[in-house]
Amino acid sequence: MVDKRLIYLDNNATTPCDPRVVDAMIPYFYENPGNAASRNHPFGWVAEEAVDYARTQIADLINVDPKEIIFTSGATEGDNLALKGVFEMYARKGNHIITVKTEHKAVLDACQKIEKLGGQVTYLDVNNEGLIDLDELEAAITDKTILVSVMWANNETGVIQPMKQIGEICEKHGILFFSDATQAVGKIPVDPKSIGVHLMAFTSHKMYGPKGVGALFVNRKKPRVKVTAQMDGGGHERGMRSGTLNVPGIVGFGKAAEIAKKEMVQDAERLSKLRDKLEKALYDSLEEVYINGSVENRMPHVTNLSFKHVEGEGLMMTFNQEIAVSSGSACTSASLEPSYVLVALGLGDDLAHSSIRFSLGRFTTEEDVDRAIEALTSGVNHMRDLSPIWEMYKEGVDIDAIEWTEH
Amino acid sequence: MAYSEKLLDHFKNPRNVGTLDKGNNKVGTGLVGAPECGDVMRLQIEVDDESGTIKDAKFKTFGCGSAIASSSLATEWLKGKSIDEALEIDNMEIVEELALPPVKIHCSVLAEDAIKAAIKDYQEKNGLEVSPKTESSHH
Repeated sequence: MVDKRLIYLDNNATTPCDPRVVDAMIPYFYENPGNAASRNHPFGWVAEEAVDYARTQIADLINVDPKEIIFTSGATEGDNLALKGVFEMYARKGNHIITVKTEHKAVLDACQKIEKLGGQVTYLDVNNEGLIDLDELEAAITDKTILVSVMWANNETGVIQPMKQIGEICEKHGILFFSDATQAVGKIPVDPKSIGVHLMAFTSHKMYGPKGVGALFVNRKKPRVKVTAQMDGGGHERGMRSGTLNVPGIVGFGKAAEIAKKEMVQDAERLSKLRDKLEKALYDSLEEVYINGSVENRMPHVTNLSFKHVEGEGLMMTFNQEIAVSSGSACTSASLEPSYVLVALGLGDDLAHSSIRFSLGRFTTEEDVDRAIEALTSGVNHMRDLSPIWEMYKEGVDIDAIEWTEH
Repeated sequence: MAYSEKLLDHFKNPRNVGTLDKGNNKVGTGLVGAPECGDVMRLQIEVDDESGTIKDAKFKTFGCGSAIASSSLATEWLKGKSIDEALEIDNMEIVEELALPPVKIHCSVLAEDAIKAAIKDYQEKNGLEVSPKTESSHH
């Protein structure tokens, strides 16, 4: 059982379910247990009606037609379906996909699979703010390019890509535009059609809905986009995704979308103030703190900070009984390599190992943030007292000039 | 991942944190790891000339909880040991004592390397024959 006093600042990993969402779901476990594909009895009709209603709630949030929502098990499936499904469906047009080095693993690994299947993939670099270069994107387009895949907002840094301009470039060249918008939908206004996004994956559990359900938006008109199903079976979801629909999950997802539509702007306003407070307090009370990624173009509730000469995982251990955050230090991985996202921003491996991501959410209070400031400040000071490289830095030793024994 | 009580204790209440005077001939310093890898350990020993035993040991570590606990434990074990005894400390003993999970075994390896590097530094400083055992058996 998780301690109630534990402060959760890891909302980019997953958000807790809103109680209003749970309330909406419960009848679909008890009174209405039907399969939405059962056409011949009231159990099925009720389930189908509930799914249709949720589809409308979700479509309303992102300003699309309900028929353009394909339910999935989550964003990883949505990413895979969009990328592999377009690659297969548009094979006659070309085999080239353009994406970015800081995309989520679900996109990068799907792209690697596509390369094994004979596709060609260009992985764009980002600058030190985490943003792609639009000229580089345009220069990468060939007559074989079928798809551009750029995530709306980055999970680690919260950096938002120049979506509008990317959409214009895709439009100009007649190329499909897919976005993994997992971290953006339900948190900031996301309107794929006005941007020229033709396919968009997102998930319920990042917007206070249940886990295990997500959606892929697929544009139906101008252009009519189709993807080849990656899951074969009963032909659900207009043939693009077979499998019995997760009715309670979808109902919860719909409710979460409805709440987000009403509350996300005020949530974002409140959370950006708390985020700024957190950032400023740590900046003021500690030396050598760095913000990772663009400060102007990022999500309102996220900050990714590096505390120089402190290792992130060790730092988290000083307060993880009290505060939950995440680190770009991948000390548990066999490779010992830190976050590839932060490395792509040009951070040295040492600063990447020193990073902590704070992601606030709907249930974060000012008191939570105040306690986090306290815990972080004392944690960083404790770890620096223990850190030989902090001592060297304070003594004016040039740490880069030391010949380290790589292990 | 849940850590052992012993590991958490060494992490929260690290023993022998600090710095010995590098200029002192009786002090040997081992600095191992690299900031890029997310682990740097500095382990120092002070040897008592008459008895030939390690009378003090200090460390500072940049790294995860397991790295800090491994080096803290190493300093505890070093105190009172002769050089030869200290060279017998095997990383797997640290793994067992702290119940390090497999992904953290490299932390114990680093601690063993730090011990050997500190002894080597002490022996070189004092014109002693460098023990062959100071060469790391890992990597």
